[in-house]
Amino acid sequence: MLSYIIRRLLGIIPLLLGITIISFSIIHLAPGKPTTIQQALNPKVSLEVRERLDKLYGLDKPLYVQYINWLGRLVKLDLGRSFGDDRLVVDKILERIPITLVINLLSLFFIFIIAVPLGVKSALKPNQAFDKYVTIFVFLGFAMPTFWLALLLMNLFGIQLAWLPISGIKSLDFEYFNIWGKIGDLSRHLILPVIVSSIGGLAGISRYMRSSMIEALAQPYIYTARAKGLPEKSVVYKHAFRNAILPIVTILGLSIPGLLGGSVIFESIFAIPGIGRLFYEAVMMRDYPLIMAEVVLGAVLTMFGNLIADIAYAYVDPRIGYKNEK
Amino acid sequence: MLTVLGLKLKLSLIVVAFFIYGSVFAQDYGDAVVAGSIADARTLIPILASDSASSEVSSMVFNGLVKYDKDINLIGDLAESWEIKNDGLVIIFHLRKNIFWHDGKPFTARDVEFTYKKLIDPNTKTPYSGDFERVKSFEVLDDHTIRVTYKEPFAPGLSSWGMAVMPKHLLEAEDLNVTKFSRRPIGTGPYKFKAWKAQDKIELESNRDYFEKRPYIDRYIYRVIPDESTIFLELQTQGLDSVGLTPLQYTRQTDNPFFKKYYRKFRIPSFSYVYLGYNLNNPKFSDLRIRQALNYAVDKTEIIKIVLLGLGEVATGPFIPQGWAYDKNVLPAPFDPQKAVKLLSEAGWVDSNGDGWLDKDGQIFEFTIITNQGNEERIKVAQIIQRRLKDIGIRIKIKIVEWSVFLAEFIEKKKFEAVLLGWSLSRDPDNYDIWHSSKTKEGEFNFIGYKNEEVDRLLVEARRTFDQEKRKAYYQAIQRILYAEQPYMFLYVPDSLFILHSRFQGIKPAPIGIGYNFIDWWVPKSQQKYKIR
Repeated sequence: MLSYIIRRLLGIIPLLLGITIISFSIIHLAPGKPTTIQQALNPKVSLEVRERLDKLYGLDKPLYVQYINWLGRLVKLDLGRSFGDDRLVVDKILERIPITLVINLLSLFFIFIIAVPLGVKSALKPNQAFDKYVTIFVFLGFAMPTFWLALLLMNLFGIQLAWLPISGIKSLDFEYFNIWGKIGDLSRHLILPVIVSSIGGLAGISRYMRSSMIEALAQPYIYTARAKGLPEKSVVYKHAFRNAILPIVTILGLSIPGLLGGSVIFESIFAIPGIGRLFYEAVMMRDYPLIMAEVVLGAVLTMFGNLIADIAYAYVDPRIGYKNEK
Repeated sequence: MLTVLGLKLKLSLIVVAFFIYGSVFAQDYGDAVVAGSIADARTLIPILASDSASSEVSSMVFNGLVKYDKDINLIGDLAESWEIKNDGLVIIFHLRKNIFWHDGKPFTARDVEFTYKKLIDPNTKTPYSGDFERVKSFEVLDDHTIRVTYKEPFAPGLSSWGMAVMPKHLLEAEDLNVTKFSRRPIGTGPYKFKAWKAQDKIELESNRDYFEKRPYIDRYIYRVIPDESTIFLELQTQGLDSVGLTPLQYTRQTDNPFFKKYYRKFRIPSFSYVYLGYNLNNPKFSDLRIRQALNYAVDKTEIIKIVLLGLGEVATGPFIPQGWAYDKNVLPAPFDPQKAVKLLSEAGWVDSNGDGWLDKDGQIFEFTIITNQGNEERIKVAQIIQRRLKDIGIRIKIKIVEWSVFLAEFIEKKKFEAVLLGWSLSRDPDNYDIWHSSKTKEGEFNFIGYKNEEVDRLLVEARRTFDQEKRKAYYQAIQRILYAEQPYMFLYVPDSLFILHSRFQGIKPAPIGIGYNFIDWWVPKSQQKYKIR
């Protein structure tokens, strides 16, 4: 097992190198330099000034030199400074992580506690009324454009009923509230974003759960269990459910990179300062160090997520092992 | 009896006078303005910032030596007065005394010197060094007097001293490009920096010791909401006090009892214009009659009516219509398709084969208008032009290109026939970089390749004189030549549209906008919304 993990970890290095080379080339293929875009058509900013700025940002050097310089810093875990405001890229990303993580964890939590029972319940009586309604409901949620649903909910709860705040994560006088006031205020701001970001995820998990449960219920050991007269509850929840939940563990592992990912549309509509907007704006501004940092972050998380999923799978399912694998 | 009556009259006059005085001048302190914006500031060091969000916030925290008053004339800010000597080679600034930085240290000429040195330092990532590189020497005569000597007279240089002055004592030992000061600035301005949460909000509080006077509004909160529909929904909850509007929002969506009750709308000509520029190196546009014909064939009032819902005016030159340089006697050419057809046939373009398109030497008259993606307004303008030119037999294609590709591949490389674009205008009318024939290199701003010796000469002269009347004459001459020569089809100056919560008092719209007297805005105690300070 240990040697398997070490081999997998070593395998990450060339993969990561390849990813960064490809990403670095692609973002530089897009026309437009950060200095041109920032100072676009401003008659006060002359050509000479823009050339000087290019030089200060190191953009006048050949691409491979820029890449090697960047890689040299990455090895020392230095992600460089943003071209937008010269702040450390690390700081810019770190300050966005808490809110992104909170919203993603909350929605992941709600997705699981809603979708898993829905899937199980559907699987018990497949293709009957409840299953069909659930199917329609979750697919509706999946198909609905986020921005549209968000605007409808904002209009209903924010304006017509005036129960909830529309945008942002804190009230303007947040700092003057006591601790309970702060928690209450944050929760009120998070209700709509979490609902909107959960609804789209219900379809996937509930469908996985449903099919995996149907499959489990058709296994010979279920007949055995029923035949020996176990109560139905015990058959479903002890024997079938435990086996059916296995694939869901894999999905959980695969959602790790997603925890630090954000959605531009969703964050923009609710005015949430998350990772999605940071990345999007970096791309629009051709803020190369920030783009590359996010690419590396995404790649590393995805690879670790896969690794963790594989390990967890081996742990929960004794049939799978990585020993003596060649 | 008479005297008693007289006394009574006097007394009542005094009472009335007192009453009026009381009601007019009893402004209350307190409350906050919550401004909504789709973009966050990038840095609050003004000499490094090039985006409008950064300038908007830092202009509340910092002062320059000079500033523009409500009628767009230069007045003193940190400088009390200035003298222009040696035919404009030398400017002597006399600084105000008893001005303090927000941390209590006195402001002196050394701070200005420090700012100037940072501006011309090649390691500073500032886009604004150009105007300051023309300075030959900068001398501090005493703590409150500065002498600036230019290599040659440079009139726009005066307004460049409106650049915010930074505190030497706090930044001397710092690397300006990366200092934390950019996210917690200390200035001399009417508002002090309080907090900044990236992509969320920036909070300022009033500077009670501001040298002009204590601002009435206690807090200024700049909220970032990147989505326009969310901004509009927030207005409906009264969560935002001040927001810019689109023409559609201004005319239709805010035209209901709710907005009439809680908000006031403002409309002021913006500092920009939209034009159709011709690539003058292309033989299609070299004949003046053709450019004139195109101008006659397009109805600008129609464009304003459809695209801006009437909220703009026809442009007749490259200056701000409400500024001193603009010549109001340059009248827009009438919409006259017949005249256009006549001019075109004089230039040899007639529909000889009756297919509906003008032709000459077997070639149809057609060209492509390019414009940038993401600006619905411009796309509509292009379509209206396309329609109107079709009426007189000219075939137009429209090409819409993503902004950075548009700049890098089409504008800089001059690979276009006609371009639909806009210019933002600085308060100073100097237009040298856009119209001078020397500014046609790749990446420079005379990308249409305009060349006129008289305009070149006038642009240079206008830069060399500080006398506003003389400068005015030069710029008005430039405007007349440009409108006659039609290197651009000048289209329109859109209005800037704002909405402001109606509890704010003391707003006096002027040519410069509404924000110039922000420190005079106030809210009556009974209507104040944000009470905590």
